[in-house]
Amino acid sequence: MARATTTRRKVITTAVAWAIGLLIFFPIYWTILTSFKTEAQAINDPPLFFFFDWTLENYAIVQERSDYMRFLWNSVVLAGGSTLLGILVAVPAAWSMAFVPSKRTKDILLWMLSTKMLPAVGVLYPISLIFVQFNLLDTRIGLVVVLMLINLPIIVWMLYTYFKEIPVEILEAARMDGASLREEILYILTPMAVPGIASTILLNFILAWNEAFWTLNLTAAKAGPLTAFIASYSSPEGLFFAKLSAASTMAIAPILVLGWFSQKQLVRGLTFGAVK
Amino acid sequence: MLRKNALCAATALSVFAAGSAFADNHSTITVATVNNGDMIRMQGYTDQFTEATGIGVEWVTLEENVLRQRVTTDITTKGGQFDIMTIGMYETPIWGANGWLIPLDDLSAEYDVDDILPAMRGGLSHDGTLYAAPFYGESSMVMYRTDLMEAAGLEMPEAPTWEFIREAAIAMTDRENDINGICLRGKAGWGEGGAFITVTANSFGARWFDEDWNAQFDQPEWANALNFFVDLMAEAGPPGYSTNGFNENLSLFQQGKCGMWIDATVAASFVTNPDDSTVADSVGFALAPDTGMGKRSNWLWAWALAIPAGTQKEAEAKQFIEWATSKEYIELVAANEGWANVPPGARTSLYENPEYQAVPFAQMTLDSINAADPTNPTVKPVPYVGIQFVAIPEFAGIATEVSQEFSAVYAGQQSVEEALEKAQAITNDAMEAAGYR
Repeated sequence: MARATTTRRKVITTAVAWAIGLLIFFPIYWTILTSFKTEAQAINDPPLFFFFDWTLENYAIVQERSDYMRFLWNSVVLAGGSTLLGILVAVPAAWSMAFVPSKRTKDILLWMLSTKMLPAVGVLYPISLIFVQFNLLDTRIGLVVVLMLINLPIIVWMLYTYFKEIPVEILEAARMDGASLREEILYILTPMAVPGIASTILLNFILAWNEAFWTLNLTAAKAGPLTAFIASYSSPEGLFFAKLSAASTMAIAPILVLGWFSQKQLVRGLTFGAVK
Repeated sequence: MLRKNALCAATALSVFAAGSAFADNHSTITVATVNNGDMIRMQGYTDQFTEATGIGVEWVTLEENVLRQRVTTDITTKGGQFDIMTIGMYETPIWGANGWLIPLDDLSAEYDVDDILPAMRGGLSHDGTLYAAPFYGESSMVMYRTDLMEAAGLEMPEAPTWEFIREAAIAMTDRENDINGICLRGKAGWGEGGAFITVTANSFGARWFDEDWNAQFDQPEWANALNFFVDLMAEAGPPGYSTNGFNENLSLFQQGKCGMWIDATVAASFVTNPDDSTVADSVGFALAPDTGMGKRSNWLWAWALAIPAGTQKEAEAKQFIEWATSKEYIELVAANEGWANVPPGARTSLYENPEYQAVPFAQMTLDSINAADPTNPTVKPVPYVGIQFVAIPEFAGIATEVSQEFSAVYAGQQSVEEALEKAQAITNDAMEAAGYR
């Protein structure tokens, strides 16, 4: 009886999980499908689900009109650079908060997170003026710094959570063996926190890849990443859904592949410390 | 080991930074533009301009609202990212008055600035000085299904009244076969449903402000216009029209689900294109309707090229604008892609060309543009310029909020009276805060 209940629960849980998964995936599926339709098929009512004349025409047009590789390279540099820089800053910050907390550590953590509640447009002008002043507009280095800063609270929080899981006694033992602070972080803490750091890197990379406010507002012709590439195909006066879908598919494809191959680490990282 | 790591990091950062120093070529200009068929077509011909002048062109294509935010930030922070900006009739006089744009008062004689359609030239000037050259212009008109009109036993006059439109819409509606008599914009946003209800209200004798900048939503003309619109759409409009904008209606019309559609003249080339439209061979055109009060419900708009003050490449930018908005460019497109694909609504000579006159929607587009007068847009006098907008900086914010209230009426969430009351308060409050009252 108990076994029957467990089996039924498993089936229901699996079915619900699949339903939610499919629901979440549907917009991506629809975008990919639309990218293989003509503009007329894209707006067809009733919608065409599978049986239509598949075409690669939209991809050809997008390739011809835009320098995809330049946008892609910019995305890789911005996401990779901001993640790398973020980790370099966040590891020492999270270490000090996890292992040498002060009375105000919790407040600082909350304050850091609260900066994420500020609508980005609220600081558009100050940031733009700083960029103008330092000649950083439409440069990758400027955007790397901005993307690092906006994601830093999340990186610090995630790393702080992972570091808290590591027994402080191990670090103390290393210290007793004569390890310096740098050696303690580099050779003891970091290897133990590798799964956590890996998932933080992955999540931050995805967040930076998808960032579409600063990357649109601080770039022009040179440093625009794939978000600018997609935005150039959006139009309120003209039906270009199939081309827009092709551009979107090309923009999400790399991150989709990366996410697919690293889903184990992602799930582990996101649920780390959730169940004790 | 540590030094090696530091070296790697420094190398990586220098690669990221490389973009900033890359290719600061004095003979390359950057153009910010919107994504529409005519603009994209122009990008394809840019090589010919570069070959002829040696000036390279880099494009930044953005969605209309993103572009507005992007270029406004760039101008106000003196970012200097763009040498040419694609802006509309709303921004041009305001930015020109602020000194943000370089006057286009020294264009060459061959350019023939007097050939620009007077309505366009007026709308893109401030105090008589031209600040942006129109690349293409548009008004709005009625597009209708000739077959459905015939089946309904009616004949569309060249200049219909709103009463006729209502009668025809009801007669053409066939709910069983999913045919709506009329499709109109109801989507919130000053440039979407806000623009449409404003021009409709103009034809009913309404206005946004009196001569002292007092909001006029408490006047009977606005109630008449809004009630008429809501009743018409309830009787003959598509379900859920409160979220329909240009693209949604274009999609419905192309699939044969609208008897009539009143919208931008630029849509004529889309609905008559057999590749995309299932009703391409049965579309007729008429002027936007009126109520006999002397003003039609059509707007006036242009996408125009302007040079932001502060550009280092003013001469090159002017050269590009002269090329892109010239008669020769129109001929270049016509020779390669046919007359139906040239950018419309900007030059008088285009409409005098017999080959262009053969295009089915050419004459109606010109008549619609000529019927629009941005300096005298309403039945009663107003202190502002603009037909579907009021050319003051505060308008975009106010009208977006007001159009949200109207869309809530279309969605059945509040009454016409409630929406007008709120619109009156929103507008007067904002105008008082801005110092107009």
